[in-house]
Amino acid sequence: MTEQPLIEFNHVSKIYKNGTVGLKDINLTIPQGEFLVVVGLSGAGKSTLLRTINRMHDITSGDILIEGQSIIHLQGKKLRQLRRSIGMIFQNFNLVKRSSVQRNVLSGRIGYYGTWRSILGLFSKEDKQKAAHALKRVGLAEKLYTRADQLSGGQQQRVAIARAFMQDPKIILADEPIASLDPLTTESVMNDLKKLNEEFNMTVIVNLHSVPLAQKYADRIIGLRAGELVYDQPIANVTDADLAAIYEQPKVVQLADRVVAS
Amino acid sequence: MNVIPKQRFVQKYHLKALGGLLLFILLIWWSARVTEVDFGLFFVNFDQFLALLQKMSHPDWQYLSLVIAPLVETIKMALIGTSIGTLLAIPFSVLAARNIINNDFARGLIRLILNLIRTLPDLMLAALFVAIVGIGSLAGVLTLAVFSFGMIAKLFYEAIETIDDGPLEALQAAGATKMQMIHFAVLPQVFNHFISYFLYTFEINVRASTVLGYLGAGGIGVYLQRSLSQFAYDQTAVIILGILAVVLVIDGISNTLRERLL
Ligand SMILES: Nc1ncnc2c1ncn2[C@@H]1O[C@H](COP(=O)(O)OP(=O)(O)OP(=O)(O)O)[C@@H](O)[C@H]1O
Ligand SMILES: [Mg+2]
Repeated sequence: MTEQPLIEFNHVSKIYKNGTVGLKDINLTIPQGEFLVVVGLSGAGKSTLLRTINRMHDITSGDILIEGQSIIHLQGKKLRQLRRSIGMIFQNFNLVKRSSVQRNVLSGRIGYYGTWRSILGLFSKEDKQKAAHALKRVGLAEKLYTRADQLSGGQQQRVAIARAFMQDPKIILADEPIASLDPLTTESVMNDLKKLNEEFNMTVIVNLHSVPLAQKYADRIIGLRAGELVYDQPIANVTDADLAAIYEQPKVVQLADRVVAS
Repeated sequence: MNVIPKQRFVQKYHLKALGGLLLFILLIWWSARVTEVDFGLFFVNFDQFLALLQKMSHPDWQYLSLVIAPLVETIKMALIGTSIGTLLAIPFSVLAARNIINNDFARGLIRLILNLIRTLPDLMLAALFVAIVGIGSLAGVLTLAVFSFGMIAKLFYEAIETIDDGPLEALQAAGATKMQMIHFAVLPQVFNHFISYFLYTFEINVRASTVLGYLGAGGIGVYLQRSLSQFAYDQTAVIILGILAVVLVIDGISNTLRERLL
């Protein structure tokens, strides 16, 4: 018997309410500690795939297991506990711009607090220190009391990484974390994610549009097209031609789809 | 060849917008007819208006010392009424906001209640409260509280609906409860709007409470009504200038606060 994978997709499909197919019969296993990069054209279903893992999206059929437990029916407290064990990084950073950096980072911890304690601002001393430490890790120690909207995009994304770090997550989901950043900042954000993966053995799943970055950072690359898993290889086997093929417009197929649809 | 998706007939000719415009014009025409608006009358009796203005142009400054106390009472009434209304409005505005409450039915019900409350004319409310609690400023406070509640709840939920939903999503993904999401992601984004809407309503209430005085609901309105019924227009002028001063001060505070906070 092989070791139990951390995340397991069994025949997962997702159809949006308006009939759009988000995911189509996905079978996928992700081992603990992997740095997985998801590539695919816009609309291929990358964001959808990521958001099914922390149940920000519900699936239509199939099952998703994390550490052997099905997560698709979790509710209430159990669901919140699942979510706090999974950090999420967004393309638009999603910080509360009018709040301080410290408050933003601490908010990554609120899954561990009761509603009233957190609302009264009663964060423990350890957590405040942890927040300072998390910021130091991403090179923003001196920005603790700065308002988030006074930071550059790259700095905001690194604050978001610090926020995710506060969750003590097993898994980090990053949905095009560098899409709105310049090349230099891109490098440091990707390095921050890689460090979480290497130092804390966190499983990191990143959606990327950049093939060179995928090749540089990934342990394994999977490709989606129109909601289907069309590619899945460890980095050692990945060739440029493979990746080019994922990004190729399947013209004939598309045209055929249109004819059928209309 | 590109296949351009077909627009529906309604979309193609902007039927919705055109229909709306037509309806609007019809409504105006119809209201003018039904209400028998006759602008000529306004000009025929214009000299009476001028005569009144002339009488008011010599304010009786001696009267000022008598007016101060009821003016302060009016401010107090407005402040307490606005505060009570606002405190009650906050939870309702959260429940009425589309991006917080997904349940269409629950939200619709809350909005229906709010619409009902806004429909009640404040003069009717004042008459009602005077009947219940007797003549005096308590009736005024209660009227203003109900009026502020309806108005503030609407302004607040519209403000909540304009926020950036990104931070809400981020906190939900971190395992936050609804209350935590509201406190950490919604409040910081709407706080300034809340302050300025509060002051705006406060200002309206100061003016509204002058009318309430007619019904015995306390404050400066009682004096205004007396001076008018005695044709003591020199006193009326003092009262109006007093109210103007108060409104200007509130407006000044409101502007300064907004500049500081934004
Ligand atoms: N809330 C939604 N309702 C309906 N359809 C949706 C919704 N979200 C996404 N879709 C559709 O599902 C498909 C997959 O979308 P998804 O956002 O997962 O793509 P993606 O690979 O992340 O694209 P991108 O690279 O542009 O971010 C698309 O066709 C999209 O239009
Ligand atoms: Mg996406």
